Amino acid sequence: MAWWREFFTKNGAGLGIFLLLSVLLWTVMMIILPQLFMLDFSLRTNVPPPRWGTEAHGYTLEHYRYLIRGSGNTESGFNTVDLGVFGRTILAAVFVTLVDLCLCYPVAYYLAHVASGSGARLMVMALIVPFWINELLRAFAFKVLFGSGGVINDALLAIGLLDQPYDFVRANIALYSGLSYAYILLMIFPIYNAVESLDRNQIEAARDMGSPWWRIHWRIVLPHAKPGISSGCTIVFMLSAGALAAPQVLGGPSSLWFTQLIYKSFNASANWARGSAYAIVLLIACLAFVLLVMRVFKVRFGEIAK
Amino acid sequence: MSADVQLDDVWIRFGDFVAAREANIHIDEGEFFSFLGPSGCGKTTLLRAVSGFLTPSQGRVLIGGKDMAGIGPNKRPTALIFQNLALFPLMKVWENIAFALEVRGIGKAERRRRADELLELIALQGQGDKQVGELSGGQRQRVAIARALAAEPDVLLLDEPLSALDLKLRQHMRTELRAIQQRVGITFIYITHDQGEALTMSDHVAVMCEGRIEQVGNGTDIYDAPDTAFVASFVGENNVFEGTVRELSNGSALVETPHGDFSARTSAHTAGTPLKAGDASMVFVRPESLRILTPVEATGTAVGNTMENRLSGEVRQRHFEGNLWHVEVGLASGARVTLTALNDGHVADLPVGGPIAIGFPERLAMALPHGRLAAE
Repeated sequence: MAWWREFFTKNGAGLGIFLLLSVLLWTVMMIILPQLFMLDFSLRTNVPPPRWGTEAHGYTLEHYRYLIRGSGNTESGFNTVDLGVFGRTILAAVFVTLVDLCLCYPVAYYLAHVASGSGARLMVMALIVPFWINELLRAFAFKVLFGSGGVINDALLAIGLLDQPYDFVRANIALYSGLSYAYILLMIFPIYNAVESLDRNQIEAARDMGSPWWRIHWRIVLPHAKPGISSGCTIVFMLSAGALAAPQVLGGPSSLWFTQLIYKSFNASANWARGSAYAIVLLIACLAFVLLVMRVFKVRFGEIAK
Repeated sequence: MSADVQLDDVWIRFGDFVAAREANIHIDEGEFFSFLGPSGCGKTTLLRAVSGFLTPSQGRVLIGGKDMAGIGPNKRPTALIFQNLALFPLMKVWENIAFALEVRGIGKAERRRRADELLELIALQGQGDKQVGELSGGQRQRVAIARALAAEPDVLLLDEPLSALDLKLRQHMRTELRAIQQRVGITFIYITHDQGEALTMSDHVAVMCEGRIEQVGNGTDIYDAPDTAFVASFVGENNVFEGTVRELSNGSALVETPHGDFSARTSAHTAGTPLKAGDASMVFVRPESLRILTPVEATGTAVGNTMENRLSGEVRQRHFEGNLWHVEVGLASGARVTLTALNDGHVADLPVGGPIAIGFPERLAMALPHGRLAAE
């Protein structure tokens, strides 16, 4: 009873009502309702909008079944294509997350404990400024970089490592690089925040006791940075599993990202129901992955949200 | 194992700033040695040079007779206890203590055994499985000592490790630290701005000011025979009379001051040039060296009167402290001096505002070259 009275005496009636309403509207309209609608869609037969609400628009599990069994005419009896895409997307997102972790931990540590004032500021600028450019344009830039006539191929040809251009796009290297780069800041800053709060004396104490650098990181810095690492990994995994622009632009001819299937269902095949079902599956998979990571690294939710 | 430590003309500069200059010190093995000085005097800088976190701009650091140039902190036979202790909060108490052993690749069972031994040494047996955060300030302090000792260093370096503790605990830890040092028998180098800590625990003390070592000696040397005006004013309480040297005779000086002419001892080993007649000088008299004179003593005619120096004034304030009286005396010249007297019944008879005659013998006063005083 007391919390709302305190809330209103602190903020006044007008501001209090505004705050409550805006938070309520935001969570309901922007988060809860869309998800509920999507869940509802995913559980109904796919009929065109004029027939929504009629008897034909009844509840069914066919879209979820379709993801697993397909149309039923396949040899194995499973929807190997879509399931394969789903599995590859999750694996690729895990891979991108790991690549980002390996790249960003040293950078974050360097920023927090090695770089001096002006050097650190310059480095942060260099990290942030490229992100002023639109995501799609950055994806295209990667396509140009990794293209058969791109700088990377030219350089490798020039130093003689290759005798003909390598197709980075077909090998998905361009896609993984693009995705890794796209979310690099979301990995660096949580880790930076965590590492920065580490008392430098602890590092020196470990060194004073004869510890080599790798043990200092393994026993002191990494455990301290764990909340930041899991927070960064969560965000990067979620976003790369749900990425659309980079796979559209950088994906090889044979590679499909799960989000592209969802996109196709909504836009090309006019099958919102199947798109919704796939989106729900992706959401649940991502949540499950995050919970698993938290369990494995023994991090509580409150630490991630810091 | 224990080792001696030698600083051989060590200078440490940060850009134009000289953090430590001309440090020449020899610390014997097994000794408890303190660096004492106000904050910013360069004592921590010197300690970091010994531990290897800092390279001297000039000069050599020798440990056990071996030049430490180019040897990193992880390869030196020293262990450092940080001001904030820097325990590892994510490790258990015993893992903290055994960290140095873990680094050396010693097996877990052996590590645990050694950690338990050290826990016993610091009287924390059975607490090894606690988290660091569950310990009290004093216990954490002792864990930090055990963690440093686990590395079996020849020299233990302590950077104001007691400063975070409350007064009672600090005094208790002084005795504890000294006892631990005597038990393990290795060289301790202790950094502090607290003269009580330095004087009670140390075999020798180096007093520092603005990067310079002003004096090295045992506690009584530092207190009774300061070499410089800074040491005299930094360590303990002291009354100062500024004046000019008029005469010098064997080990004593006659100094002319606005408050009268005083004779005082001169320092046997003043760094730099000794006092000459005509030099600006400062006469230091400790409050407990000042005596309240009887009317007979005050006239100076009595036989066997040892009060070479006499002053008169009026009682400005009296503070009672049970066994002691602190009396503030206003001199005719306007200056104020503080006197500490045993509560033997004399002071209670002196009314505030009434006249008082005080004096001090030559052997309890020091005439030193004019110099910088410690900030109040």
